Amino acid sequence: MTALTNRPTVAAAPAYARPSFFRHTAYLTLRQLRAVVRIPAFIVMNVVQPLIWLLLFGQLFTSVVDIPGFTGGDNYLEFLTPGIVMMMALFGSAWAGTSYIQDMDRGVMDRFLTSPTSRGAMMAATLVYQALLTLVQSLIVLGVAWLGGARFDGGLGGILILLLAAMLLTASFSALSNAAALLARNQNVLIGISQLITIPLMFLSSALMDTSLSADWVAEVARFNPFEWAVVAGREALGASPDWASVWGHLGLLAVFTAVLAWVATRAFRVYQRSA
Amino acid sequence: MAASPDGMALVAADLVKTYSQGRGKPPLRALDGLTFQTEEGTVFGLLGPNGAGKSTTVKILSTLSRADSGIATVAGIDVAKHPGRARSAIGFVDQKQVSDPMDTGVENLVLAGQLHGMSTRAARSRAGELLERFALAGAARRQVKTYSGGMARKLDVAIGLMHRPQVLFLDEPTTGLDPEARAEMWAEIERMSREERMTVLLTTHYLEEADRLASRLAIVDAGRVVTEGTPEQLKSELRGDAVVIELHEASVIAQVLESLDRLGGFREVVAEGRAVRARVDGGGAALPLVLAALDAEGVSVASATVSRPSLDDVYLAHTGHSFAAVHAGSSADARTDLEEAAA
Repeated sequence: MTALTNRPTVAAAPAYARPSFFRHTAYLTLRQLRAVVRIPAFIVMNVVQPLIWLLLFGQLFTSVVDIPGFTGGDNYLEFLTPGIVMMMALFGSAWAGTSYIQDMDRGVMDRFLTSPTSRGAMMAATLVYQALLTLVQSLIVLGVAWLGGARFDGGLGGILILLLAAMLLTASFSALSNAAALLARNQNVLIGISQLITIPLMFLSSALMDTSLSADWVAEVARFNPFEWAVVAGREALGASPDWASVWGHLGLLAVFTAVLAWVATRAFRVYQRSA
Repeated sequence: MAASPDGMALVAADLVKTYSQGRGKPPLRALDGLTFQTEEGTVFGLLGPNGAGKSTTVKILSTLSRADSGIATVAGIDVAKHPGRARSAIGFVDQKQVSDPMDTGVENLVLAGQLHGMSTRAARSRAGELLERFALAGAARRQVKTYSGGMARKLDVAIGLMHRPQVLFLDEPTTGLDPEARAEMWAEIERMSREERMTVLLTTHYLEEADRLASRLAIVDAGRVVTEGTPEQLKSELRGDAVVIELHEASVIAQVLESLDRLGGFREVVAEGRAVRARVDGGGAALPLVLAALDAEGVSVASATVSRPSLDDVYLAHTGHSFAAVHAGSSADARTDLEEAAA
């Protein structure tokens, strides 16, 4: 024992610089990207269903544009495409919390939480990763729509804005899904979210149908639906003469919504730890 | 980073932690005034059955959870007041696998280093060193999901060592390993504590593991430390070693009993057939004296053995129930479930 007590103090840990939020976000995003690159089928699987909707709905409802009062242009596939992109983003992001659940089931989550890893970066990395998945999948959907005959007057600028709206929508609902994962620690809750929240949000919007043709209350409710904000911003931007005030207004709302949810979800780490 | 003034690498003082058990039930007291401290550079063992509060203690000391009351410090840092500083000083190896099965071994290590602020280059070189040392270099570029249980566990420990922590938490490092992998892990932990000169807090429910690895240990039962000391101290607190002397002939028994009585210090002396059993303090030293005395009297001894009390005896003496019984008991299972649910 004397040998131990007389020994000079333990060698000090090397004084590494305190890493920034951005570096941690990059490292953790790369970790998730490595996993998806190893199983690229995952991206394809998530895009199959939206493509089926796109082609089936596109064929099923071709005459919708002929209904008197339809204000969404004269090609239903062109009207539908931004709606399908956003549906894909919404449905995909509802499952974002799955990666947290997996990390909790293993000791990965607790290891990160007992290290100097930034909580904000743990949240941001999954949002960035999900948004990047949405980006790739949206490009596939747009490509298939183009092959199906859809033409977008908004051009490259319009497409970039659509992609931005889809990525913001993804980030916001991924944050919600992550928060649910941290609070409930249970995959079943994510199933609940995808069933109880995403389906109503999808139908209370103009994703599939011009809301000026639906019941008045639907159009009214849709105005407060973040999913609708993304659909409107994307569809406007793809059009020939976008209402830029509407595009930027809805993008702004979406950005604020995303920031608030990301902040709330990051706070959920505290609740997770309090009951650890 | 400075150590605490009294040179203690880890201090747990009067920790209390309760978990809600749901409606209408009283909260469960997982820790009930748990107290211990650990000197720098030692392996300290927390020994106890599942549900005794070992993991809860590790979670509080590693900043994962917070105590309801009491003080916990790591390398002199109060974990409740400065969790960020404490996290830089510790390595954490959970009961569960802490590596990402989708990443390779080297990717897991480098990421852990990067998250601790190491440059990518420094992290790569440290990862290479650890993979070499844990005999994982051949599997470095394979995904962890292809590793055996023993390999994955060694990688977990390597991940905990990446940033050269001052204190390493090893929560049941060998649970679920086969005997061969367990022996290998023990050798690694022994080497590591020697070479890295760091403090290790080891929790285990294997008596053998605590006996072999820990230089000091605390026996935990129902959220409290029931006794603490070196394994030798704890065992010598018992009423001595068991001495068994076997004779060639039963006729000399009376002579032997007389000799023991003259030498003094023998208790619970029992004659069974041609054998005499007794308990004595410091059996190793007492035995040669007995043999010399019997030899002088011309008594021929067939065999003589001394057995040290086991930690199981210590556990039994301090908790009133045997270790194995607690493990099998249903009350322990209920507590285990709760601790797992909380985990």
